[in-house]
Amino acid sequence: MADRIIAIILRIILGGAVLAALLLFSIGTAVAVATQGLGLGRLGVADWSAIRFTLWQACLSAGLSVTIAIPVARALARQNFLGRQALITLLGAPFILPVIVGVLGLLAVFGRAGWISDVLTWTGFAKLSIYGAPGVILAHVFFNLPLATRFLLQGWSAVPSERFRVVQSLAASPWAYFRLIEWPLLKSVVPGAFLLVFLLCLTSFAVALAVGGGPRGTTIELAIYQAFRLDFDLGKAASLALVQFTLCGVVAVMAFLVPLPQTDGLGLGRLPQRLDASGHRGVDFMWITISAAFLILPLGAILIRGLGHIASLPHQVFTASITSVLIALASTVVCISMALGLSLAFARRGQVARNLAEGMGILGLATSPLVVGTGIFLMIFPFAHPMTFALPITASVNAMMALPFALRVLMPAVRETYADYLTLRCSLNLTRWVWLHRILLPRLRRPLGFAAGLAAALSMGDLGVIALFADPDLQTLPLMLYRLMGAYRMDQAAAVAVVLVAQSLALFWMFDRGGRGYAGSP
Amino acid sequence: MLALHKVQFRQGDFTLGADLLIPTGARVAVIGPSGGGKSTFLNGIAGFIATDGGQVLWQGQPMPDHPGLRPLSILFQDHNLFPHLNVMDNVAIGISPDMRLSQTQKQQVRAALDQVGLSDKSASYPRDLSGGQQGRVGLARMLLRQRPLLLLDEPFSALGPALKDEMLDVLRQILHVTSATALMVTHDPKDALAFANQAILVADGVAMAPQPIQQLFDAPPPALRAYLGHWT
Amino acid sequence: MATTAMADTPVLTVYTYDSFVSDWGPGPAVEAAFEANCGCDLQMIGAGDGAALLARLKLEGSRTDADIILGLDTNLTAAAAETGLFAPILMTANYNVPGGWTDPLFAPFDWGYFAFVKNAEIESPTNFRALADSDFKIVIQDPRSSTPGLGLLMWVKAAYGDDAAQIWADLSDNIVTVTAGWSEAYGMFLEGEADMVLSYTTSPAYHLIAEGDASKSYAVFDEGHYMQIEVAGKLASTDQSALADQFLQFMVSDVFQSIIPTTNWMFPAVTPIAGLPDGFPNALSAAQSLIFSPTEAAALRNVALTEWQTALSQ
Repeated sequence: MADRIIAIILRIILGGAVLAALLLFSIGTAVAVATQGLGLGRLGVADWSAIRFTLWQACLSAGLSVTIAIPVARALARQNFLGRQALITLLGAPFILPVIVGVLGLLAVFGRAGWISDVLTWTGFAKLSIYGAPGVILAHVFFNLPLATRFLLQGWSAVPSERFRVVQSLAASPWAYFRLIEWPLLKSVVPGAFLLVFLLCLTSFAVALAVGGGPRGTTIELAIYQAFRLDFDLGKAASLALVQFTLCGVVAVMAFLVPLPQTDGLGLGRLPQRLDASGHRGVDFMWITISAAFLILPLGAILIRGLGHIASLPHQVFTASITSVLIALASTVVCISMALGLSLAFARRGQVARNLAEGMGILGLATSPLVVGTGIFLMIFPFAHPMTFALPITASVNAMMALPFALRVLMPAVRETYADYLTLRCSLNLTRWVWLHRILLPRLRRPLGFAAGLAAALSMGDLGVIALFADPDLQTLPLMLYRLMGAYRMDQAAAVAVVLVAQSLALFWMFDRGGRGYAGSP
Repeated sequence: MLALHKVQFRQGDFTLGADLLIPTGARVAVIGPSGGGKSTFLNGIAGFIATDGGQVLWQGQPMPDHPGLRPLSILFQDHNLFPHLNVMDNVAIGISPDMRLSQTQKQQVRAALDQVGLSDKSASYPRDLSGGQQGRVGLARMLLRQRPLLLLDEPFSALGPALKDEMLDVLRQILHVTSATALMVTHDPKDALAFANQAILVADGVAMAPQPIQQLFDAPPPALRAYLGHWT
Repeated sequence: MATTAMADTPVLTVYTYDSFVSDWGPGPAVEAAFEANCGCDLQMIGAGDGAALLARLKLEGSRTDADIILGLDTNLTAAAAETGLFAPILMTANYNVPGGWTDPLFAPFDWGYFAFVKNAEIESPTNFRALADSDFKIVIQDPRSSTPGLGLLMWVKAAYGDDAAQIWADLSDNIVTVTAGWSEAYGMFLEGEADMVLSYTTSPAYHLIAEGDASKSYAVFDEGHYMQIEVAGKLASTDQSALADQFLQFMVSDVFQSIIPTTNWMFPAVTPIAGLPDGFPNALSAAQSLIFSPTEAAALRNVALTEWQTALSQ
């Protein structure tokens, strides 16, 4: 009995500590900035129009990404073909690309001097111009469609194969098939996927500017930038940061209002042999080809651009690589510990508590790097030199950015493991250690691997707050890339981009592979 | 008559051969060691698995390719029910997957639920039902469909002895009403004896011709003897 | 006594912009040259760009570790002076800065002209009006997040005064996009996304000197080119006042100034004895060199920004 109470108290402390850390990093930093700025600043007309534009573009981008992801994920779930696994792994790439690299890749294909424009000019048509709203959306879909597709694909593979067979044996019409299989599946995955993409677009700054820039395309993040740099109006920066939190909060509540369906146990986990594959081959391969081309062509352009210059890279690329990898690994440890802590504390609570915990996890995405960096700076500065903490802070902030993704994957897995094996644990009277070590963690190996891979890759590609803390001895790959560009060395910057992408994908692949390696895991 | 004429079912690297006849109205237990191909056998007949050669015939006619057009109903161990549909709809999709039912069809659904003793649960959702009740919903769907061939893939193996007996009772009633031919995979010899009059042994990639069940158990071939162990 | 002096090597902390300290900027050479004689440890810390540098200083106030701030430009010096954090500077030099130099708080270390960089063989417009009337496509930077972006705003204001709003309105169909920073814009230009990009008159010199590529030049505008003068100042809170003075003196010395042209790609504030490297452009005449005083620039900034936003939002 006492043991049980201690366990519960431990869990509360663990979960509470993670939540407190999240609050400190997100809202705490905004409060620190507001305090320094002597209170919150009033928002002007321009700020409100920035808020409107931000909402508009985020809604549109998330809506488009998720809508297009549906047929793509369906096609990938249904068809088996050579290179399917490679394509799915590649789906992770745009998500971890430094924005400027992705944008230059996109422009190589869709830009005024891009491949499509070349073809158009050659055939006598006008050049393609994607600048402005189309560019913003194109870039957001490029960066987020793969993520949405992966989330939906996960939803599809979670449907037990028996259920497909039941529907087939009923000679169901396409409409009935949709009602019986796809509608409940989409209802459970789409709101979450939409939410995450929406949040990513809400706080994106560089994307919106590089291809859709100008006064029309002012985002909240840019307004924060302006408040800081031009006006040094910390109060206004804090107000804008809080507006961003509020927006994220509202969207989070809306997304979770849609009831999440229950899982009724685990499927048998075998790859469903889909008899319906042949009937849809034409449409499916059209979607697969389009999305693969949309993904691979810009990535290929980056590769072509940078590959030839790798040999000319200065030796700093080695230390920068090592620094980036170290930060990524540290950030992965922090992220996974936080996600596990929250999952263990909340997975067995009710739906509301679980949603609350996930909602809190999302705070990390809603932060403006500028406000977080400045807030942490202000909190540390009275006591110590902030530069000393550049590495742990960068790792923690990167971890916070990856947390919502890790939670999405881990929370249900922890819940299912408890549901499936709790009775076994009680009946065998397993000690807490054996339970954790021999049952829970091995069972979680696959989601853990995937989450760790995401966290590591995300951290690799993020410029993060490291630029704000400016430790002269710490140079990450993204920082090196920006510095090379800033010194006119675009070719070498492109080569660094190739190194960065290769390393990120390798890290992701290693973690994800490690998670799958265990034969007994589903 | 269900005839499997020199059929090869292929699932990945695994191939199962069958060359056998099952008379109409037979109740057949499909037994054999795990991994021997019992589920492949049923899924093959249901049309979920491609045939490499040979023919599956029903009453002398080749079965259509699409599983939905075959004259049969199938029940799995899990996931027969859709968690987002209530009991009524879960049964109704058996005759109208679009869930657009005429008055007569609604009557039929109610009658089927009545038959399995679930008339008061028609508005409940699967998550609110016990394991036994979930099994009955599946059986009600089978009953409603009125197909002449029933395939059951260990549908009751997760239930306790008393519940299992109850389910077998319901199944017997359904067979009585529909005079259907039934094939049931089971790993429990007791269930096999209680339900079936014939048995098919599936082992080492081959489904043998059906034999009277008692006869098979009295003089088990080596593969069956190894599987049964000391059961007598 | 001697041992304590050894252990306590004085540290001079210089806050500067990031590209100054990068491996390809002046930082490494400057540090080596100064440390060779000062008997000190020179720590150069990069903090974003010029505007971020000032924000950082405001955050830290008088408790800052910095002894010197290097890399503000004259658009920012009024706001910097207002903080009251800077101490008067004692040194002077034989500056070669168009318009001369007389600021009590800040000393210049380099300067340059904003200009549109293009491919050399292209016949380009010779002023903003002609550019607005042409089909030329340009990439510019956002004045709210980029120093060159703000410079362009001042350039148009200096050249056209109250007509600036109209010029921007006419230019709007020539602007392919507005990027957050210089790197994005320059990268897009090199990839062929626009005919011209806002940069400096010295940019083509990089391609010529570092890459042996003579294909780039800049468009000479007859209304003149706006200047950027980059300066350094000493903080009143410094605990290394003498060392800071020594650094500022070093900053205008021939050693430091010779490093600048081919690492920072700007005009040195004091012309090196050896002169400018071959391939460097010529300075423009005084009449062609446009610049507002720091107070004028500070006063005009918000008006110009509103004009820009309104004109380009239509």
